[in-house]
Amino acid sequence: MNNFSIKNVLKKNVMTIALFAIYVFFIIATGGNMFTPSNVTSLIEQNAYVYILGVGMLMCMLTGGNIDLSVGSFVCFMGAVAGVFSVIKYVGTPLTLFIVVGVGLVYGAVLGFLIAYLRIPPWIATLAGYLAFRGLGTQILITVSETSAISNFPESFTRLFTGKIFESPWGELNIPCVVLGFIGAAAIVYLNLSSRARRVKKGYSVDPIWFVILESVLEVAIILVLAFKLAYDGGIPVVLLWIIAVLIIYGIITEKTTIGRHFMTVGGNAETARLSGINNKLIMFAAYLNMSVLTVLAALIVTTRFGSANAFAGQNYEMDAIAACIVGGVSAYGGSGTVMGMVIGATLIGVINQGMSLMTIDQDWIKIAKGAVLLIAVVFDILSKKGNKRQ
Amino acid sequence: MAKVLLEMNSITKTFPGVKALDNVNLQVEEGEIHALVGENGAGKSTLMNVLSGIYPHGSYEGDIVYDGEVCAFHNIKDSEKKGIVIIHQELALIPYMTIGENMFLGNEQGKKWCIDWNKTYAEADKYLEMVGLTDSSKTLIKDIGTGKQQLVEIAKALAKNARLLILDEPTSSLNETDSRALLDLMKKLQKEQGMTMIIISHKLNEVSYVADKITVIRDGSTIETIDARGQEISESRIIKGMVGREITDRFPKRHDVPIGDVMMEVLNWTVYHPEFAERKVVDDVSLTVRAGEVVGIYGLMGAGRTELAMSIFGRSYGIGISGSLVLKGQPVHLTSPKQAIAAGLAYVTEDRKGNGLVLSNSIKINTTLANLKAISKATFIDKDKEYMVADEYREKLRTKTPSVEQLVGNLSGGNQQKVLLAKWMFADPDVLILDEPTRGIDVGAKYEIYCIINDLAKAGKSVIMISSELPEVIGMSDRIYIMNQAKIVGEMKASEATQENIMACIVKSGSEA
Repeated sequence: MNNFSIKNVLKKNVMTIALFAIYVFFIIATGGNMFTPSNVTSLIEQNAYVYILGVGMLMCMLTGGNIDLSVGSFVCFMGAVAGVFSVIKYVGTPLTLFIVVGVGLVYGAVLGFLIAYLRIPPWIATLAGYLAFRGLGTQILITVSETSAISNFPESFTRLFTGKIFESPWGELNIPCVVLGFIGAAAIVYLNLSSRARRVKKGYSVDPIWFVILESVLEVAIILVLAFKLAYDGGIPVVLLWIIAVLIIYGIITEKTTIGRHFMTVGGNAETARLSGINNKLIMFAAYLNMSVLTVLAALIVTTRFGSANAFAGQNYEMDAIAACIVGGVSAYGGSGTVMGMVIGATLIGVINQGMSLMTIDQDWIKIAKGAVLLIAVVFDILSKKGNKRQ
Repeated sequence: MAKVLLEMNSITKTFPGVKALDNVNLQVEEGEIHALVGENGAGKSTLMNVLSGIYPHGSYEGDIVYDGEVCAFHNIKDSEKKGIVIIHQELALIPYMTIGENMFLGNEQGKKWCIDWNKTYAEADKYLEMVGLTDSSKTLIKDIGTGKQQLVEIAKALAKNARLLILDEPTSSLNETDSRALLDLMKKLQKEQGMTMIIISHKLNEVSYVADKITVIRDGSTIETIDARGQEISESRIIKGMVGREITDRFPKRHDVPIGDVMMEVLNWTVYHPEFAERKVVDDVSLTVRAGEVVGIYGLMGAGRTELAMSIFGRSYGIGISGSLVLKGQPVHLTSPKQAIAAGLAYVTEDRKGNGLVLSNSIKINTTLANLKAISKATFIDKDKEYMVADEYREKLRTKTPSVEQLVGNLSGGNQQKVLLAKWMFADPDVLILDEPTRGIDVGAKYEIYCIINDLAKAGKSVIMISSELPEVIGMSDRIYIMNQAKIVGEMKASEATQENIMACIVKSGSEA
């Protein structure tokens, strides 16, 4: 009853392998430029918002392929709100955070109510937000600022989301970063081995030990390479801590809790879910409430990264998040998808973006390439599922 | 003797594992109304799907001779070209289109690229007059009742120059007056246009009212064809043909299962249709079930059985529900499936693919779905425990699968049904309502399901088994309720029940209404 085979492993990890291959390709194509410490750091910092929004979008899509089109505009609006309270009114950072999270909760609750309880199709309800918040955000900025942008955020605010922890000068090895890297690597090895040991003890099917070791070695290598790259660029970016926290929390929710199971079931078959005692409406409500909260986090991250709130912030972010999910194998019809898949999808698109930019390829061609990748990923996904059925 | 319009010779149709039609013969003369009767699953609809090309030529054995020539239909268009038009039980009209638009869907009037709306509506009105419908053809379908919608379907068929009209349960969703009007229309079409018609119906009083000839199908074979012209055919005469099979030892015996106290009591339960709010789908139903008892609810399709079950199960169907529900002596008010599960109810659906299982998930995940609490702590799922639970039920119910990680969508119907049962057994209910628990599964798996039902009764559970298979109801139940047209029309001990007296109960209630 052991289903282990090299073919299955390759099939399961095809996106990861593709990501690796494309990354290596761009490292070579850019003459190693792509792999410098500062470019590795900026790959993370540039795509931070995609990971955060991608997690929220994943939760929405799990409930049945539902999406939220308003996140980009809401990022712009929340940036403006944060700017008004943090810079113009200067109410202090804790109160600013309190206000923006509060506004996010209110919007999420309204959106969730419209979608879950009034049964307005998600893309229509969020299309309204897409239009309205872009206008509202821009109006706020025009009204309060001559340049229609708010900058000069106080440091107490920006350092929550930007900069490095235990920052060291550029080019010097950052010891805390390396130490954390080793701790992370050790944790991964421990988790892999202990989970296999537990399964062996209970008599479940397990992958062969050499494979688990190989898997661990690869994972350790990735973590350590990343740690050393970051260590030479001043240390761990603060934003990476936010990303890791969000990914771990939602990874656990989707994989290990009944809440995640409920999301999957509603998306897999809503009627079955209802008749199994799951409150479908509450799940839908929660999906959009959650999306809004994560959008607030993304808004804070991008506003502080650019050091200003402006009318163009957040443009097409919703599409980036959706694309990350789709490329990452999240079902467009709901019911299946993982946080890890989304991360691979988001990184893949991010790598293409950065790699082509470093090669000074025109933005238009980058868009074409990203569109093609999206389509290829979906077609591949559908064909491989068809193949499975035929067996 | 009139000319034979249609002859179906030795039709045999096999689905994977099931022989749905076995050497069926049907002969229809021009200008007659021919009724096809038989129990649910006897093969009537399959036969008509073969005739209309839904099951294309080559997927069955035997010949169709229509109008003197052997036909090989590959799809519905082929058969419609010849004038064979089928009207399905589920109406295929689009609610937000007008009558006229619906009538000419796929048959648009005018030039190739441009619809001539004046012609469309003029033509539509012409056919509407023929069927005696006075509404304008520009009325939206949603604004007319189901009775009129059925007439629109017939007008639509006429507009396709039908020569042979097949009506599949045309009156199943109509009230008495509308039904009678429809039957009279059939007689009128026969008389005035010489239309040939095949009607499939469960309502035997209607059949004997309208039909010239009656063909009885049972278990995928033609039993007999009765000529009803010039003589009154009694309904019991038809029933005898329909149910005339011997009950052999198809049902495992329950030995020494003591029947305990009343577990659930339903009193004066009335439910209205969620969309047609004036229609009662369950009408003043009262029933009881005791611990260790298997209670059968028999009724034909559309009798309101599923609606009754689902409305009891946390009001998951219907509106305007009134009546009271007493569980273990305590009156309860359940407003969601979640509450119903917590109160010890389980509803095992008839539609396992539609609302029972998540086909894209594994056996394991489906098994624990209705009782995640039992395998989790503070919302964290204990996956080892989940696997063990699923594996335990796989063993107990003898589900055939390499592993519980297998996707449910890849299992056979019988094994899917076992997963569905496992899911609800794991929820540990006191009362299980099984809705058509053996629909669409093979005989061997049926027997295993029966054994599971017996084990449940032995464990002191109350089982309500809804079924439209008479032998099953009689063979498995301790007590039987008979349901017809939203009402309970009879109750009898299984030891006193025979197929004839159950059917008679239904016929009697039908003629009273």
